[in-house]
Amino acid sequence: MSALSLRNITKTFGSTPVLKGIDMEIDSGEFTVLVGPSGCGKSTLLNIIAGLEKPSGGTVEIGGRVVNDVPPKDRNIAMVFQTYALYPSMTVRQNITFGLECRNVPKAERAAAVARVAALLQIEALLDRKPSQLSGGQRQRVAMGRALVRDPLLFLFDEPLSNLDAKLRVEMRMEIKQLHQRIRSTIVYVTHDQIEAMTMATRIAVMNQGEVQQFADPETVYNRPANLFVARFMGAPPMNTLPARVEATDGGMRAVVGRGEDAVALKLPAALRAQAGREVVLGLRPECIAEQERRFGEDGDRLVLELPVEMTEPTGAETIVLMRLGGERALGRVSPDVKLQPGGRGRFALDMRRVCLFDPGTGALIA
Amino acid sequence: MPPWGRLLAHAVIWGLGLAYLVPLIVVVLNSLRTAQEIAQTSMIGWPEFWAFGNYAEAWSKFCVAQTCTGLQPYMWNSAAVTIPATIISTLLGAIAGYAISLWRFRGDTWIFGLVTLGIFLPQQMRLIPWTIVLRDIGLMNTLAGLVMIHTIQGMSFTTLFCRNYYVSIPQDLMKAARIDGAGFFRTFLRIVLPLSPPILIVTVIWQFTHIWNEFLYGVTFTTGSQQPVTAALIGLNATIADVPQHGVQSAAVVIAALPTLLVYLFGGKYFLRGLTAGAVK
Amino acid sequence: MIWGPLLIAAAHIVLFAAWTIWMSFTSSTLMPVSDFVGLRNYNLVLGTRNWKIAFDNLLLFSSSFVVLTMLTGLVLAILLDQRIRGENVLRSIFLYPMAVSFVVTGVVWSWLLNPGMGIQKLVNDLGWTGFRFDWLIDREMAIWTIVIAGVWQASGFAMALILAGLRSVEADLIKAAQIDGAGPVRMYVRVILPTLWPILVAVLVILLQMAITTFDLVRALTGGGPGIATQLPALVVYDFMFQRGQLGRGAAAAVLMLLTLLLVLVPHAVWKYAQRRRAAHA
Repeated sequence: MSALSLRNITKTFGSTPVLKGIDMEIDSGEFTVLVGPSGCGKSTLLNIIAGLEKPSGGTVEIGGRVVNDVPPKDRNIAMVFQTYALYPSMTVRQNITFGLECRNVPKAERAAAVARVAALLQIEALLDRKPSQLSGGQRQRVAMGRALVRDPLLFLFDEPLSNLDAKLRVEMRMEIKQLHQRIRSTIVYVTHDQIEAMTMATRIAVMNQGEVQQFADPETVYNRPANLFVARFMGAPPMNTLPARVEATDGGMRAVVGRGEDAVALKLPAALRAQAGREVVLGLRPECIAEQERRFGEDGDRLVLELPVEMTEPTGAETIVLMRLGGERALGRVSPDVKLQPGGRGRFALDMRRVCLFDPGTGALIA
Repeated sequence: MPPWGRLLAHAVIWGLGLAYLVPLIVVVLNSLRTAQEIAQTSMIGWPEFWAFGNYAEAWSKFCVAQTCTGLQPYMWNSAAVTIPATIISTLLGAIAGYAISLWRFRGDTWIFGLVTLGIFLPQQMRLIPWTIVLRDIGLMNTLAGLVMIHTIQGMSFTTLFCRNYYVSIPQDLMKAARIDGAGFFRTFLRIVLPLSPPILIVTVIWQFTHIWNEFLYGVTFTTGSQQPVTAALIGLNATIADVPQHGVQSAAVVIAALPTLLVYLFGGKYFLRGLTAGAVK
Repeated sequence: MIWGPLLIAAAHIVLFAAWTIWMSFTSSTLMPVSDFVGLRNYNLVLGTRNWKIAFDNLLLFSSSFVVLTMLTGLVLAILLDQRIRGENVLRSIFLYPMAVSFVVTGVVWSWLLNPGMGIQKLVNDLGWTGFRFDWLIDREMAIWTIVIAGVWQASGFAMALILAGLRSVEADLIKAAQIDGAGPVRMYVRVILPTLWPILVAVLVILLQMAITTFDLVRALTGGGPGIATQLPALVVYDFMFQRGQLGRGAAAAVLMLLTLLLVLVPHAVWKYAQRRRAAHA
C-alpha cells in the first residue's frame, strides 16, 4: 500500500493554472523530493497534500484513504516549515506538545513523548527555553521534534534549510538524512536546491510550471534527464547543451556541432543509427570534458579534442574551463594541475558514454 | 468556521457598521430638513420636504454669536491656517527627518528624542507660553499666529513620520552623494525628496486632519471673526436663538466636517498608514 | 551644526514645559509675574471642588473609555479578520470617526443624546412613552455620554491597529497550528493574542493619553455640565487660565495633568526599554 497517492491533482488560482495534473505514487519509507524553480507549484502541491489548500481537481490519498475533505489535523501528517513556525510565546516543551494538547492527550503521555523525541534529537537541554533563545539549527531541530512527536504517516518539509547559512545547511542536510535512515519515515521534501535533492532523495520529482517533468531516482534524473529542463536544472555547473546534427558515416555514428571550420565531430554509439540526419540538442555534462589524460571506462568511449579556451576558473579542487566546442560555448572540469591559457588552445578528453540527445522542438530526451 | 458562524459574524459586523454610520446619516438627513419639522419630531428622521436651502443659509447667512455671516469666513480661516501650516510643517519635518536619519550629526538621537517628546506634552502645558510669545510678537488673534503654532508643534509628528521612513533608505546613497560632492540641501532635493512621496502624502493627510480639526488653540488665541471653524461650531451650538435652527446647524456641521472627511475618503489607505505610524513610537 | 527649524522644534518643547512649570510656582494672575510662592497654587488647586470632581471624573472616564474602546476594537478586529465580504468598506466605516473633529463628534452626539430632541424623543414618539435616555442632563450619568461618544470615535483606531497586528502573525505559524489541530478559540488564545501583546499595550498607552488630555469633546458635548458634573482636568486648566485669569493656578493644574500622564508613560517607557534589553540578550 502506498503511503501517498496523488491522482491528477490540478489547482487554479483565479484563471491561472498552478498545477496541471500531478500523478504520483509514493511508497512507505521513501524520501521524495519535490524540486524546481520558484513558481513551479511545489509549495502549492505540498499545501494540498497537507490539507492547507484544496485542489481544484484530483484526489489525495494518504495511507490508502482519500483525504480530500479531511482537515490537516486529521490527516496524520506533520510539517516542518522554512521559517520553523515555532510558537514564540511557548517554551520548546510546549511547542512540541501543543499538537498533543489539542488532542487532549493526557499529561503523562505527553511528557513521555517529549522525552523520547528530545533524546532522539538531542535537545533535552533546550526544553525549557523559548524559541527566541535558540540558534537557527536548534530551532530547526525543535521544529522537527514537533513533527516527530506525532508519529505521523507522512512528514512534509517545506524548504526547511533555506534560512540557514551554508555550513549549517550541510550539517542539517546530513542530520535529516540520518534521521530518515533511522526511523524509516515517509518524507515529502520541497526545495529549490538541486544539491539537497540529489543528496537526500530516494526519488526526485523535478517540477516546472505546474507539471512534473521527471519522477525518478537521483541517478536517473542526473544521467538520463527526461528533457532539456531537467538536464539544465540538475547539476552545477549546468549541463552543456549544444545544437548538433546526427550523421551516419562509415566509421560509425557521429554528432556534428557547428559548421564549416569550427565544426567538431563527436562519436556516438552505434545504437543511435535510427537518428541519422536529425537536428538535435546534444547534452554533455561539464565533468565529461576533462584534461586529456583522463580515462573513462573503455577506451572507445573516449574522445580527445583540441579546443580553444576562453576563460578558466580555478576553484582549488578543480578548474572550470570555458571553451568553444564547434563554435558553441561549453564548460569543462579539469584537474587543478593542468595549466591552460585563456585565448589559447587546450587538449581535452570527452566522455562519450554519457552523452544525451534531445529533440530541439519538444526538448524531450531522444537517446 | 461553520456556515452559520460566518452568517452570524457577517450580520454582527454589518449591524455594528450601520450603528457607526448612524450619527453621520442623522446629521446629513437633518441638514435637509426644516427647523419646524425637527422641532415637531426629533433630530432623527427622514426629510419630508427637502430643505436644500439649509446649506446656502449655513454657508453665508447663519448667525454665530453676534455676526451673521454664515460659516463661510470661518471655513476660509480654517483653510488659511491649515493649508500653509500643513505644507510648511511637512516640508520642515521632511528636512528634519532627513537630517536626523540620513545626514546625521552630533546629538541627533537626543534631538530626535526631544522632538518626539513633543507628541506627549499636553497642549495645556503650552498655552501660557504661546500666549506670551504671541503677545510679544504681536500675532495674538491672528491667523498667522495659529499657522506659526501649528507649524512648530506639527514638526513633532512630521519629523517622527519622515525620520522613521528615511531610516529604510540605504546609507550608501548618502555616501555616493557625498563622494559626488553634493551638500546638505542638494542631497535632500535631488536624492531624498524624490524618494519621499509616500511618506509626504501620509504626513500631509495627517497634518491636514489634525490642524483642521484642532480646537483648543483656535478658541484660545483667536476670537470673533478670526476663529477657525471648529471654534465657530461651538459658538453655533451655544447660540440661543428664538427659534432653534437645527436644520441649518446640521448643514453647518456637515460643511465643517466635509474637508477632513473628503481627505479621509480619498486618502484612506494613507490615513491608516499615518495612524499606525503614529502608534509605533 | 543643528539645522535651525529643528532646533526650534526641539527646544520649544523643553522651554515651554519649563516655563509652565515655573509659572505654577508664581502668583501670576492675568499677567505673568516672577515671584515664588512655593506649592501654594498646587494646594489651592487640589483643594477646589472643581478639581476634585474633575479628577474623579478622569479616573472613571479613562478606565471605562480605555477598556470599552479596546474591547470594541478587539471584537471588531477579530470579526473583520474572518475574511468578511466588503471588509474594506467596513474598515472605512469604523475608522471615519477618527477623521472628524472631536468638536463635531461632541456637537452631533449632544443632539442625539438630547432627551428633548434626540433618541429619547424618537423612541417616545414611536410609542414607548416611558423610555428614558436623559443621561445628558443627569448629574450622575452625564459622564457616560462622553464615554459613549469617545468610544464611538476611537474604537476604529483601536480596531485598525489590532487588525494590523492580527494580520502580521506569521502565516506559517497559523499553518503549523492548523496542522497541530488548534480550533479557532485555541488559535486566538494560544497563538495569535500572545503575538498581539505589544500592539495592545501601544494602543492602551495612546488611548490613556487621549483620555487624560480630553478637552474638545467635553467642551462640545456637555460644556463640562450639567453644572460641573462632567468636568475634566483639561477643562479646569482652561478655566483657571482664561476664564478666571489665574495663570499660576492654571499652570499648576496643567503640571498636575502632566504628572498624571507621566504616571502612564514612564512605566511604559521603562517596560519597553527592559523588553529591548531582554531581546538583545537572548
